[in-house]
Amino acid sequence: MTVESTAARTPRRSAGNKAGTTGTKRTTSTTKKATGAGKSAEPALVQLLTPEGKRVKNAEFDKYVADITAEDLRGLYRDMVLTRRFDAEATSLQRQGELGLWASLLGQEAAQIGSGRALRDDDYVFPTYREHGVAWCRGVDPTNLLGMFRGVNNGGWDPNGNNFHLYTIVIGSQTLHATGYAMGITKDGADSAVIAYFGDGASSQGDVAEAFTFSAVYNAPVVFFCQNNQWAISEPTEKQSRVPLYQRAQGFGFPGVRVDGNDVLANLAVTRWALERARAGEGPTLVEAFTYRMGAHTTSDDPTRYRHDEERAAWEAKDPILRLRRYLEAANHADEGFFAELETESEALGKRVREAVRAMPDPDHFAIFENVYADGHALVDEERAQFAAYQASFADEDGGK
Amino acid sequence: MAEKMALAKAVNESLRRALETDPKVLVMGEDVGKLGGVFRVTDGLQKDFGESRVIDTPLAESGIVGTAIGLALRGYRPVVEIQFDGFVFPAYDQIVTQLAKMHARSLGKVKLPVVVRIPYGGGIGAVEHHSESPESLFAHVAGLKIVSPSNASDAYWMMQQAIQSDDPVIFFEPKRRYWDKSEVDTEAIPGPLHTARVVREGSDLTLAAYGPMVKLCQEVADAAAEEGRSLEVLDLRSVSPIDFDSVQASVEKTRRLVVVHEAPVFFGSGAEIAARITERCFYHLEAPVLRVGGYHAPYPPARLEESYLPDLDRVLDAVDRSLAY
Repeated sequence: MTVESTAARTPRRSAGNKAGTTGTKRTTSTTKKATGAGKSAEPALVQLLTPEGKRVKNAEFDKYVADITAEDLRGLYRDMVLTRRFDAEATSLQRQGELGLWASLLGQEAAQIGSGRALRDDDYVFPTYREHGVAWCRGVDPTNLLGMFRGVNNGGWDPNGNNFHLYTIVIGSQTLHATGYAMGITKDGADSAVIAYFGDGASSQGDVAEAFTFSAVYNAPVVFFCQNNQWAISEPTEKQSRVPLYQRAQGFGFPGVRVDGNDVLANLAVTRWALERARAGEGPTLVEAFTYRMGAHTTSDDPTRYRHDEERAAWEAKDPILRLRRYLEAANHADEGFFAELETESEALGKRVREAVRAMPDPDHFAIFENVYADGHALVDEERAQFAAYQASFADEDGGK
Repeated sequence: MAEKMALAKAVNESLRRALETDPKVLVMGEDVGKLGGVFRVTDGLQKDFGESRVIDTPLAESGIVGTAIGLALRGYRPVVEIQFDGFVFPAYDQIVTQLAKMHARSLGKVKLPVVVRIPYGGGIGAVEHHSESPESLFAHVAGLKIVSPSNASDAYWMMQQAIQSDDPVIFFEPKRRYWDKSEVDTEAIPGPLHTARVVREGSDLTLAAYGPMVKLCQEVADAAAEEGRSLEVLDLRSVSPIDFDSVQASVEKTRRLVVVHEAPVFFGSGAEIAARITERCFYHLEAPVLRVGGYHAPYPPARLEESYLPDLDRVLDAVDRSLAY
């Protein structure tokens, strides 16, 4: 576990109903504004911080962040900045040939940090392959995430070490694992919860529909957290659904809510609400975090072939980090020293990640045969021996390498 | 205590014992609870162990296996039932992509003790998708173990061992043998799960089979004996891994091998056995390894299945061809 990411990891049974002490004085409007891609037909979403950094009241969800102090807000800001810095470093390492591929989370920091910081240590996370911000919140060392993208392993961390499952590349599959895990929590009589991350593209997968069905039937304590980043590689959300994604939940018999995915405070509040429902035995919830994939799908993708720069520019104005910074500055919750210190920390993180990746050795060839089975398998043993003999046959030629 | 019981009952008793001895064992699937399964293999289990441990699931095979994976990650040992062989394919992705690989992907950190029970094979006059033998489609996947008992005693003990295994096991139950009775000693000490067993000794040729075809091969050996031929019958019991040492030992003795399975011959387990045994026993073999199995055609309508499935005469024909070399 890294020391950098331990802030705000204390269990929170409930956000409480204390009167809000943070930011509400600036609120002049309680209107929920639709910020979705500039389309007037988009439904309202939960928003607590406007893109301009103004705190707006929300009768339903304010109470879930009423305990959030200025220090907590600085912590959320720090999480987002460091996650973005890590992400940028990984993209850069891919360009340098140190990684084979990278799936950037650029633009989705608020959705991931807000939801990630809503979790308790005993909750369990089932991510896709882009949840670098959530991994950060769970205390998974960021360099561990890079092994699979460098090609030295297929997931290099102990899922039970931080209750953060391995990245799942085949989209949607993990929603069923999350549901099963949540069913187990119920059988154990525990009050932990599970959060399953997936995207707008994955929402079309049958496994996601089956996860909705199973979780509803068994009233499993699971939060389905869909980051609708508008694009499934080249396909817009319109190619996945005729209805807003959060409305899918209704047909399965549990609530769905759309939250401004670029508002870290709103993501924290809505996820806390959903987790509280899970703990209270009220079953699953679907959260649709309406956000935007600012970068390419992965470093292998070329978004200029399917989307326009204007769209990205419109979303840049709603940047998750920028809006919290505006709020922190306006409310005098952070001074120049804080931002400067964070900048230094950020560069140090980039350096540490860079050096760790470059120092990451290729695995031993025999790793191919490791952990194929827990209890062993005769064929694997036989083939390992054949491979060893074959390798040994070169020993003289290359000086015993 | 030894008792004569049907193969289906032996599975039932084995599941009951597992549920009694390990609170983490769960039974889940379509109709496994109140109904007791369409073959009554899980009869009475929900009544005795409750709905939380013997779980009637929604009709979604991917969901059944996917949630079983999640339960295993939470520390449970789910035994899931796929109602019929032909219904497993919606779960194929979860089995192949997730269940089989997760232990390796986690560098050994997580274990997936999931048993997937599949009543398989033909011979019961069923409608489409109810008579298939897809074991090779799973044996090709590293990370899975594949077994198939041929009799009640093996069904009982192999199920115990499959549940105790920390690896995912696909447990193919020969549905046409569900009602065949034989002795089960519930206090015996079983041999290893993935070993073959010589069920009849012989000297002229080896018949290797598993699951529903073992009984047929014994009948073939009886018929051949009347013609003065001594056939050895090997019950492979496990399709992944395959106990090649036992096959090799038998073939070094008999010098001839015929492999029998209901699954199509093309890319079937017999092909793998033929290749391996040719490598291992090249100088012992008096004839090429022959295979008897299904054809490269969709499983036929019930009125045609007797022509599709290996039967006494087809296996004897292969025996004759092998001995003619």
